Amino acid sequence: MSRTTITLRRLSALPLLVAIGAFSGCATTGGNPDDPLEGYNRAMFGFNDGVDKAILKPVASGYKAVLPGFVRTGVSNFFGNLGDIWIGVNNILQGKIGDGASDFGRFAINTTAGLLGVLDVASNAGLEKHNEDFGQTLGRWGVGSGAYVVLPFLGPSTVRDGFSRLAVDSYGDPVWYVGNVPTRNELYGVRVIDARAGLLDASRLMEEAALDRYSYLRGAYLQRRRSLIYDGNPPRERDPDETSNSTSGAGQTELPSKRP
Amino acid sequence: MIKLLSAICLSLLTVSAGAQDLAPDALIKSISDDVIGIIKQDKEIKAGDRKKINDLVDAKVLPHFSFARMTALAMGRNWRKANAEQQSALVSEFRNLLVRTYSGALSTYKNEVIEFKPLRAAAGDADVTVRTQVKRPGSEPVSIDYSMEKTPSGWKVYDVVVGGVSLVTNYRDSFNAQIHDGGVDGLIKSLASKNRALESQTGNKSK
Repeated sequence: MSRTTITLRRLSALPLLVAIGAFSGCATTGGNPDDPLEGYNRAMFGFNDGVDKAILKPVASGYKAVLPGFVRTGVSNFFGNLGDIWIGVNNILQGKIGDGASDFGRFAINTTAGLLGVLDVASNAGLEKHNEDFGQTLGRWGVGSGAYVVLPFLGPSTVRDGFSRLAVDSYGDPVWYVGNVPTRNELYGVRVIDARAGLLDASRLMEEAALDRYSYLRGAYLQRRRSLIYDGNPPRERDPDETSNSTSGAGQTELPSKRP
Repeated sequence: MIKLLSAICLSLLTVSAGAQDLAPDALIKSISDDVIGIIKQDKEIKAGDRKKINDLVDAKVLPHFSFARMTALAMGRNWRKANAEQQSALVSEFRNLLVRTYSGALSTYKNEVIEFKPLRAAAGDADVTVRTQVKRPGSEPVSIDYSMEKTPSGWKVYDVVVGGVSLVTNYRDSFNAQIHDGGVDGLIKSLASKNRALESQTGNKSK
């Protein structure tokens, strides 16, 4: 469910998204207005979930069980370091020159003093890691997210974010430029496993928390992306369901604190 | 005379309020310090003893949460469709679900550092957001924001927003769908069965 697969990036993104839009246009269920393609999306969510349960999650669990923590951290740091260049480019595209410079600084420090990125010494030196991608850059430029779309293998996305990820972000990814194809594929593979292993705790929590995992994940994805576009400070949205009158005084009706 | 009496009453109130009277950010900080201090030292909790974690959350965290407000927020406009009895059933089921999630999250704690951002609030505010950041080397910091309201018994948390995702309003879509399909009672039923399933799961695991 997490990162990229090799065949997908060969497809050009736009026709794919248009095709998705075309055949699921009739699958509207009238639920969440951000999710007109819910019929298609739920099916794709089920497919991704099957792939995850059958392959990705077991492999990631094994990876986590076999390798000691410091090795896994080194692997995460290595890929994180490669990502910092594209993060820096996007920060600059969004006009955040200082943040962008800090990202390039991180890359320079971690690649040298951090032994090709295996150690994240830049964080200890006070250069924080950022989270940016081209979808966020478009959002910052005022491009709306469009409909929520669950992509095959890649999971939750929107028209804007999916297009950015497939058609733009993949070219900002240093691994894409590794000439030796088997090596490149190995790098992709390890990165997918590393990313999934990092999400094991989170996915277990989600399974416990959610009444309906599909809508829980959809809500979380949309809220998270909105927060990321505004770097954690999104303008406060008016709650269409705000029930301030009916909830005042609700705080007093405390229930006895007992557990079954 | 009346003035004097009311002054005495007021001073008694503030004395009895005591620790309850902490500023919202100081309150969150003292709860976090308390809980993390215990988690770090307790071997059974570190080994993933869910019962002990639940007890810890019960004693230290829950008194500072307003579950009625949380449930109303998650329900949105449907809150008014529920009668008093249904409301209290909803609050108690939703509370159990949230507590379990919260305890599960705590059990994954690994020496992260929590930083508090300066509180932006005016003196008379009755609704504030306490902003914190959880830092881990190698990944970007995750923000955890606590929405809090002032009540007669001190500040209470009514929403926890992790990395921009509200743990409360994120339930609204599935609550709406449940109510659409089976009414308020349908939602109560599915919350209850979710809690039962989780209970038997964690029960099996800890044994």
